[in-house]
Amino acid sequence: MTRGELMAYLVIVAVVLLLAFAVPKPISFSTTVSYIIVGFIALVLLIIFVRTIQGNMVGRRIVFLFVGMAVILPLFMTISQPIPLSPEVKQVYDAVVALKPGSKVLVSFDYDPPSAPELQPMAETFFRLCLSRDLKIVIMGLWPQGPQQAEIAMRKTLEYPEIASKNLRYGIDYVNLGFQTGNEFVIQRMGGDFKSMFPTDLNGTAYDSLPLVRNVRNFSNIDYAFHLSAGYPGTVEWVQVAVDRYGLKMGAGNTAVQTTQMYPYLRARQLVGLLGGLNGAAEFERAADMIGKATKFMVSQSFSHIIVIAFIIIGNAAFFLGDKSRKRKQEAAGGGH
Amino acid sequence: MKRKIPVIITSLVGTVLILSVFFPPAERMGEDFSIFFDIIAVFAFFLGGGNLVRIHGNKIYKKARDWGFSAVTLAGFFLMLAAGLFKIANPGGIAADVTAQGSLFQMLYDWIFNPLGASMYALLAFYVASASYRAFRAKNKEATILLIAAFIILLGRTPLGVYATAWIPEQFSLMQIPNLAIWIMTAPNLAGQRAIMIGIALGVISMSLRLILGVERTYLGTDNE
Repeated sequence: MTRGELMAYLVIVAVVLLLAFAVPKPISFSTTVSYIIVGFIALVLLIIFVRTIQGNMVGRRIVFLFVGMAVILPLFMTISQPIPLSPEVKQVYDAVVALKPGSKVLVSFDYDPPSAPELQPMAETFFRLCLSRDLKIVIMGLWPQGPQQAEIAMRKTLEYPEIASKNLRYGIDYVNLGFQTGNEFVIQRMGGDFKSMFPTDLNGTAYDSLPLVRNVRNFSNIDYAFHLSAGYPGTVEWVQVAVDRYGLKMGAGNTAVQTTQMYPYLRARQLVGLLGGLNGAAEFERAADMIGKATKFMVSQSFSHIIVIAFIIIGNAAFFLGDKSRKRKQEAAGGGH
Repeated sequence: MKRKIPVIITSLVGTVLILSVFFPPAERMGEDFSIFFDIIAVFAFFLGGGNLVRIHGNKIYKKARDWGFSAVTLAGFFLMLAAGLFKIANPGGIAADVTAQGSLFQMLYDWIFNPLGASMYALLAFYVASASYRAFRAKNKEATILLIAAFIILLGRTPLGVYATAWIPEQFSLMQIPNLAIWIMTAPNLAGQRAIMIGIALGVISMSLRLILGVERTYLGTDNE
């Protein structure tokens, strides 16, 4: 790292700290200011486009700057965006609302903090929807950090007034069985006996001492399962073992990059609903009428998508125009011989 | 013998696990055999931790390039290990759960590991944008198809895509960009994914048979008897 770069990083850290401590209340741009900012960014992109056509390619740091602005600035804006509801998201919502109060829902948290920005909003909305409809939640994880992510999501969910007013009790209304190593073998053995894999819950309480799961022997006692996945072991393993072998009714929430792999299972009805990435989380919030983090973050994601699209157009314009100019030069050079 | 015993174990376990799927009486045996996976996983935890300490310890000892990062890695590893093993500052003491609120382990998780993990993943957005700008070119027919598909998927996730084609009448709604994005995911993507999955499954079956029958022995290493 050069001295200049170090100075730049220190300045950024100082600005962030200043904003965090010196600004008395959260910054919020009015709609007019938001549109002016968007217009200004569009104008600068147009200038970059023209300059690129003239043969002046921009450096990657400029691209980084634009992506940074596209991600950060919308967080302060008051504009919203339309979120169309896709059939696979509606399937998850329909499956949950079709359950009778008291039904048992198994939620497996198979992700870690790097995937939390996409999957945590799904988890929070799913918990909120289930608890508001008096469903019972059994949490587990095949990833070591999964149950901890579940704890974070549950704490947040229990803060909502409509949930807090229900005075839900751990062990009766929800339970966290914790992490178990063994990947798909854990799922396979849960098909026979849950207790063999989770003799205690996350807090060390014996399985039989937890009223919610005392009578839950295997998947046949679960009414619906929802799986949050960011890789292996993940939705594929759950479908292959729990759905195919034991007939579990299951929906899934996946990171955007692996959502495409799940469509064969969705079409074959092995999955009852699918939430894909932040977009899926925002759609689910819309379906459940529980607007939260995902809807707000979607504006940031959309802006960054538009920036990526703009730079792809600029890059291709430079490629084709540069190619034409190269050919012209070659022809001119060939004509000279 | 050094090679024969592992081959026999592999054949036996593989055969029992296949039988456990197709013959209900063997189901219980399959479950019992899968317990071995847990036992092996425990050794893998020790092996992984030991390997991490050995590699980074060597780098620090030899003052190799970027050894400072290795020092940070080991400091983080031992700090988390100590906080988890000895349940430092755990409100419920040594008997309570390691992730109890207020424990050092949970604080390190909430305030250091969680934001750092999310930040690492967030960096992807910058590199994807930069790579798209420099490398995502319509150089040939295949690349152009990929580019168009990516364009529609990206636009379909933005309000721009919704507004740009909102004027298309309902009877041609498939041509609206968000619907077109859904169609790409549920038709061409589905076909491609199925082809890949079937290919992988056939490969796995053939490799599994080779392992069970003892034809494939590369997993034993190159060491001769």
